[in-house]
Amino acid sequence: MAETVVSPEMKELAASGQPIVEFDDVSIGFDGHEVLSNVSFTVAHGETRILLGPAGGGKSVLMKLANGLIEPDSGEIRVFGRSLREMSEKELFEMRAHVGMVFQESALFDSLDVEDNVAYRLEEEHVDPKEIRERVLEALRFVELEQVIDKFPSELSGGMRRRVSIARAIISKPDLILYDSPTGGLDPITSTTIMELVIKQRDVSQTTCLLITHRLQDAFTLATHRFNPQEKRVEKIPNNGIDPRTRFLVLNEGHIVFDGTTLELTHTKDPWLREYIE
Amino acid sequence: MSFISPEAYAKTIVASVQEYSLLCGRSVANIFSRPRYTADIFTQMDSIGVGSLPIVVLTGFFTGCVLALQAAVSLKEFGAVNMTGELVTLSMVKELGPVLTGLMVSGRNASGMASELGSMKVSEQIDAMRALGTDPYRKLVTPRLVATVFMLFFLTIISDACGIAGGAFVSVALLKLKAATFFHTGYMSLEHGDVVEGLVKPIFSGFIIASIGCYYGLRTTGGTRGVGRSTTQAVVASSVIIILVDFLVTQLMIGIFGR
Repeated sequence: MAETVVSPEMKELAASGQPIVEFDDVSIGFDGHEVLSNVSFTVAHGETRILLGPAGGGKSVLMKLANGLIEPDSGEIRVFGRSLREMSEKELFEMRAHVGMVFQESALFDSLDVEDNVAYRLEEEHVDPKEIRERVLEALRFVELEQVIDKFPSELSGGMRRRVSIARAIISKPDLILYDSPTGGLDPITSTTIMELVIKQRDVSQTTCLLITHRLQDAFTLATHRFNPQEKRVEKIPNNGIDPRTRFLVLNEGHIVFDGTTLELTHTKDPWLREYIE
Repeated sequence: MSFISPEAYAKTIVASVQEYSLLCGRSVANIFSRPRYTADIFTQMDSIGVGSLPIVVLTGFFTGCVLALQAAVSLKEFGAVNMTGELVTLSMVKELGPVLTGLMVSGRNASGMASELGSMKVSEQIDAMRALGTDPYRKLVTPRLVATVFMLFFLTIISDACGIAGGAFVSVALLKLKAATFFHTGYMSLEHGDVVEGLVKPIFSGFIIASIGCYYGLRTTGGTRGVGRSTTQAVVASSVIIILVDFLVTQLMIGIFGR
C-alpha cells in the first residue's frame, strides 16, 4: 500500500479533466417516498469528497448509486467517464473491480476468516496464491491488524471489523474508494484510528474517495490533517492549513444544500447549515 | 391493520413472478458461461446431498414399512397379500419416494438456503459481494441449483431402495411373506415408464427447492425477523409447489406412458 498507484486509464481520465464520479440530476425514491431529488455533483481525480447530513438524508443510497448497486429512477451517473446506465451487468462487475467500498456495518463475509475476506477479490481474479498471501499481509499491515489474520469476523471488535473492511477495499489498489460511515457506531478513540487510516490511504496512494460521516469532527480532521511519511504518523497541517483536495457535500432530505470547499463551509451564511455545523 | 389495494396486490404478484423468473433464467444461463464456481458446487453437494442422507434413508425406510403394513390389511380382504411387494414398489418408485424425498430435502435445505442468503442480504454481504465484482447469482444461486438437482436425483433412488427394503422387512418379519416373492412381484410390476416417472420428478423438485430457497433468501428485508419470515415462506412455497408440480408431471407421464 506504500506506493502511489494510478492505472493508465485513470491517468488518461485525469489528463482529460473528466471527473471520476459525476451525478447529473439524479433522483430515486422507494415506496413512493423520494430519497434523492435532482442531485448533481462531481468528484474530480484525487479529490476527497465528504458527504455530510442528518441521518435518513439519502447518503448511503447515494453511495450505492455511485457503485451501480442500485439504479436511479432518473438522471445520469458517470463513473470513470462512463454512464452506469449504459453498462451491462458484466461491465458493471468489471467497473467495480476498480472501486473499493467500505460498508457501514463492515459487511465482512462471516463464514470466511480475515485472510479470505481480505483476499476475496484477488482470489476471484485468480491471482497467484503466494502473491495473494503477500498482498493480504501488506493490506493488514497497513491497517495494523496483521495479528488477526486467522480470526473470523465474529471474533473481532467493531473497530477491527471496520479496519479489515478497509484492508479488503484497498487490497486491489482501487482508483476510487467509497467509505460509507466508516466510524459509525464506534467510540471516539477507535474513530480517530479509522480516520487516521483514511488520511494515510488518501495521502499515500492519492486515491479519489467519497466518504460519508455523521461526525463533523471526523470530517474536519480529514480536511486539516495529513500523513507524514517520514514520521509515519498523521499530523495537523501546519499554519492551520487545509487539504485543498478535500471538498464537502451536504445533503438534507434528499437535496444538496451545500457543495464546496472546507473554507466555504465554515464561512457559510446559510442558517440551517450554520446550525448543523455548530 | 391497513388493506392493500387489489391493483397494488396484483402488481406485487406480477413483480414477484418476474423477479423469480429472472433469477431462474440467470442461474441456469450461468451454467453455460464462465466463471464457474465448481468448488462451491461440490461444497453444496456435500451439504445438501450427504447432509440429507440420514433423513432420506429413515423417511424412505419407515414409509416403506408403513406402506406394507397398510397394504397388507386391505390386500388380505381379497386374499392378495402376496401383492404387497408390487404395491410397495410401485408406490415408492412412482410417487412416495420422489415426493417425500423432495419434501424432506425442501424442509431441510430450502429453509437453510433462505436463512443463509437472507442473513447475508440483511448484513449487506450480498451488496459487498457485488461491490467486490462477484455476481451473487453465479456464486450463490447457480451452485445450489446444480447441486440440489444432481443430489436429489440420487437421494430419490436411495429413498426408493430404502422404502422397498422397509416394505420387505415388514413383509418378511410381520406378514410372514417370502422375501423372494416380495422382490419378484415388485420387480415384475415395474415398467420403463414407472422408473422414468420416478426419476423425472426429483429433477423438478430439486430445481424448485433451490430456486425458491434462494429467491426468498435474496429478497429478505427487515433484519432477523425478515430472515425468519423468508425461511418459513421458502419451506411453505417449495413444499406446495413440489406437490403441485408432482401432480402435473404425473398427468404428463400418464399421457406419455399410459399408466
